[in-house]
Amino acid sequence: MKLNSPLQVYKYLPQINCAECGDATCMAFAAHLIDRSKKLDDCPPILKDEYKKKYLELQALLAPEIREITIGTGEHAKRIGGDDVLYRHQLTFFDPTAFAYDVWDTMPEAEFLERINRIANFRKFYVGKFLKVDMVAVRCVSGDPLKFAGAVKKASETTKLPLILCSFDPAALKSALEVVRDKNPLLYAATEKNWGEVAELALNYKVPVVLFSPDLDKLKSLALSFREMGIKDLVLDPGTYPQGKKLKETFEKFIMLRRAGIKEGQKDIAYPIMAVPLNAWLVYKDAVTASYWETVLSSVFTVRYGDIMILHSLEPYAMLPEVHIRDTIYTDPRTPVKVAPGVNEVGSPTKDSPVIVTTNFALTYYTVESDLSSNKINCYLAAVDTDGIGVEAAVAGGQLTAAKINDTFQKANFDFKDKTSHGTLILPGLAARLQGDVEDVTGLRVMIGPPDSGRIPGWMEKSWPPKPK
Amino acid sequence: MTKKIKLSELGNLFGGLDVQALEGVKIEGDVEIDLGQMGMNPQMAYALGHETAQLALHLMNISRILGYPVDQMLGASPAKPARLTKLIESKFSVGKIEEWKTPIQEVVLGATSSDGGTRKSTITLGGETALPYYFDSPMPHRNHITMDVFDMPINMAKAVKSNYEDVINSPAEWAKKVVRDFGADMVTIHLISTDPNIKDTSPAEAAKTVEEVLQAVDVPIVIGGSGNPEKDPAVLEKAAEVAEGERCLLASASLNLDYARIAEAAKKYNHVVLSWTQLEINAQKELNRKLMKQCNVARENILMDPTTAALGYGLDYAYTNMERMRLAGLSGDAELNFPMSSGTTNAWGAREAWMVSSPLKEDSDWGPREYRGPIWEIITGLTLSLAGNDLFMMMHPTAVQVLKEITQTLYGGKESEPVNIDNWVGAVL
Ligand code: B12
Ligand code: SF4
Repeated sequence: MKLNSPLQVYKYLPQINCAECGDATCMAFAAHLIDRSKKLDDCPPILKDEYKKKYLELQALLAPEIREITIGTGEHAKRIGGDDVLYRHQLTFFDPTAFAYDVWDTMPEAEFLERINRIANFRKFYVGKFLKVDMVAVRCVSGDPLKFAGAVKKASETTKLPLILCSFDPAALKSALEVVRDKNPLLYAATEKNWGEVAELALNYKVPVVLFSPDLDKLKSLALSFREMGIKDLVLDPGTYPQGKKLKETFEKFIMLRRAGIKEGQKDIAYPIMAVPLNAWLVYKDAVTASYWETVLSSVFTVRYGDIMILHSLEPYAMLPEVHIRDTIYTDPRTPVKVAPGVNEVGSPTKDSPVIVTTNFALTYYTVESDLSSNKINCYLAAVDTDGIGVEAAVAGGQLTAAKINDTFQKANFDFKDKTSHGTLILPGLAARLQGDVEDVTGLRVMIGPPDSGRIPGWMEKSWPPKPK
Repeated sequence: MTKKIKLSELGNLFGGLDVQALEGVKIEGDVEIDLGQMGMNPQMAYALGHETAQLALHLMNISRILGYPVDQMLGASPAKPARLTKLIESKFSVGKIEEWKTPIQEVVLGATSSDGGTRKSTITLGGETALPYYFDSPMPHRNHITMDVFDMPINMAKAVKSNYEDVINSPAEWAKKVVRDFGADMVTIHLISTDPNIKDTSPAEAAKTVEEVLQAVDVPIVIGGSGNPEKDPAVLEKAAEVAEGERCLLASASLNLDYARIAEAAKKYNHVVLSWTQLEINAQKELNRKLMKQCNVARENILMDPTTAALGYGLDYAYTNMERMRLAGLSGDAELNFPMSSGTTNAWGAREAWMVSSPLKEDSDWGPREYRGPIWEIITGLTLSLAGNDLFMMMHPTAVQVLKEITQTLYGGKESEPVNIDNWVGAVL
């Protein structure tokens, strides 16, 4: 983004402080545009004709350094690129790396469909949401355009996830494009050899396209030439060598490209970058070794600037760390990860249901909440305001205390006599040392649960309901 | 030289070219476009390369908004983009980072007989003048791995434990095993039995264990306390004494214990201090400053551990904390330019690493945990290696092996097998 202070942005805004954007002043809104927490279109007045000129100018100035492009259509469409900084603490990274898993056109139909469904249905609960994967990459292995088009058609009928059409043969790409022309797939790939024909396809079908060359001069040539022909939605694949010194070079290329794009403002190559960790399978034949190495490559390029990648292993031990490392790197370091404090119902609690205490750190709260709800444990769950700190750190840092716990129930008007038959509270195992204090302050019976909330179901079997005193 | 043109000329001038933003362009009411100092001729436009057509479009849009009948002037359909017959030649280049002028302190662990110790070899950490594996300047020393050994049997994830069942009662045998069989560069002996809440082993007793480990292996060692802030200073003092001259890493000095005693022991018996803080950059600066200024520990005797949180359990904090420290160090912050160490073993605390299956019915199948645990440790360590971590404290042999492979690859120490990556699309996997 070319602007870096709210004042610079303010100059382009209507300056009428109408507050329709939700901010009291245009200046406050300007600050949100700078930190990218709001979009220009959130200001209704600037959309009016009289401001159109300023709108267009500001829009161009606010555009991220790395071009943002969209793949697919509808609710599953994915945006990639869009970054403005080299390190996440400087702002945050936008548009999490898109993970595409491959299928190929020589697969038997049943396997083909099963694999696509596994990709589309993968989910891992984490902090109040499900981590999922994003796309299906269809590879042309047969070399037969018709067969390839058939596979692409089947894929598009099976899933709404965006597709990547993979072949270096323009004829194959063309026949596949014919069957998914309204789905905005990503074309893979234009090279030094086929670029003229692939450019023609990208123009005619108006789809984003990957440029592939391990030679960065050539890659830039391709980017310049495509741009010149009016194709803006480009992705760069500098080639992912799977090991040794070549892998080191690949790593360096990713850094060079992103540094040139963000730090040096070299617009010519400021496009999203693609990694192909799948290439691990070209050197390792053993499935576990290949899956492990693929996960390693995927992590390296999630941390360092890969915006989209093509993967092969559907083993849970590969996919789980992959989606977690992506979440790690793309979590917005500016937003406190808290939930609102209070006493919440999980399922439909009765007077005999347990009352469970935890903190309002989102990771803690959602972990506990999902452990309970997924195991159909009806209960009251109290999120104590610990300033968004987890159990152990909050006990150590003094944010989780008997007084705070008592407070949480009082503020929620939660009367144990009224709501429960047992007058009992359950503390996390890692907060065991608060037991005496909590008993004194609340006058309730206090039980200590297991250290990990995943063990609550087992613990309940043995310890709930509490034995009468 | 100011040149004014009419919109009608614009189309001709810019042809199929493309400009996104052109400084000094002004649009006046009568839709004359003032090109300021930009003497626009076709060559010039070409030199501006692809940016030109966009400006033209942009200007046309603006004119259109101003009510000017641009489309009629240019003909109703927008100009067709030019097709090229050959690729535009180009060279890619990018600069180095100028701010990285301060090297990370070099720290040597272990001492050979010529330096007053008994180790067969030593390990040097630090010395970087760029982020790890960056092309700006090569890393002088590779990453190293020290493997955990405990002075008593402890709770471990099943996948870890199965590797140590035969040595779990003998720290010396355990130490030998990790060096001999698992390729550990170093060994960490954790004196956890000294915790008053565990066995309250005396410092003298614990020191014997340290001597045994020093005799069992000839690699440099790390000496870890139990984490009990009252007891650790006494334990580490005694251990430092029996290991005099060996340049062990004393783990750890922290703000919540008597760090001065640990610093004193390190100075007196020639060891290195691990400066440990918990995910807080200012606390790290404070502790390093106190070690240097108040306790007079030499810079070459300090390593820092800014805390490792597991993948999915705060690694975002740990990663950014380390990356910020390393960037600050390279840019001249003399309180942060020390090599870093990570308790990568913390990864095993993540339930994904050890639980048999997901406690959530909604999750996809988690698969066998034997494979989940090691990769959790690998990815936790790998991520931190990219942030600048130098030394990894680890537990699982497979995790050690894979982390070594990838960090040494990125360091530049591994040759490539020939592989044709152009073929991946059509490969039968
Ligand atoms: C991330 C982290 C931080 C982050 C915290 C971020 C945050 N928003 O919470 C930051 C950097 C801020 C931090 C700071 C500190 N930390 Co800290 N931190 C950690 C770390 C690495 C991970 C903690 C975590 O997020 N765990 C994941 C969450 C989900 O776990 P959880 O909240 O405990 O929830 C689980 C269980 O408690 C249980 N559970 C939860 N609720 C309930 C309810 C019931 C009924 C039951 C049965 C179970 C249950 O199930 C949950 C899921 O498994 C740990 C080390 C480790 N364990 O890996 C240290 C750790 C917790 N920190 C520690 C300390 C000492 C501190 C500081 C005091 C350090 C300092 N001197 O400044 C400060 C305190 C800051 C404050 N309170 O203001 C110590 C605590 C030692 C102790 N036992 O007393 C730890 C263990 C590190 C260590 N080994 O020394 N820390
Ligand atoms: S909606 Fe637009 S004009 Fe109104 S206050 Fe917000 S920024 Fe200003």
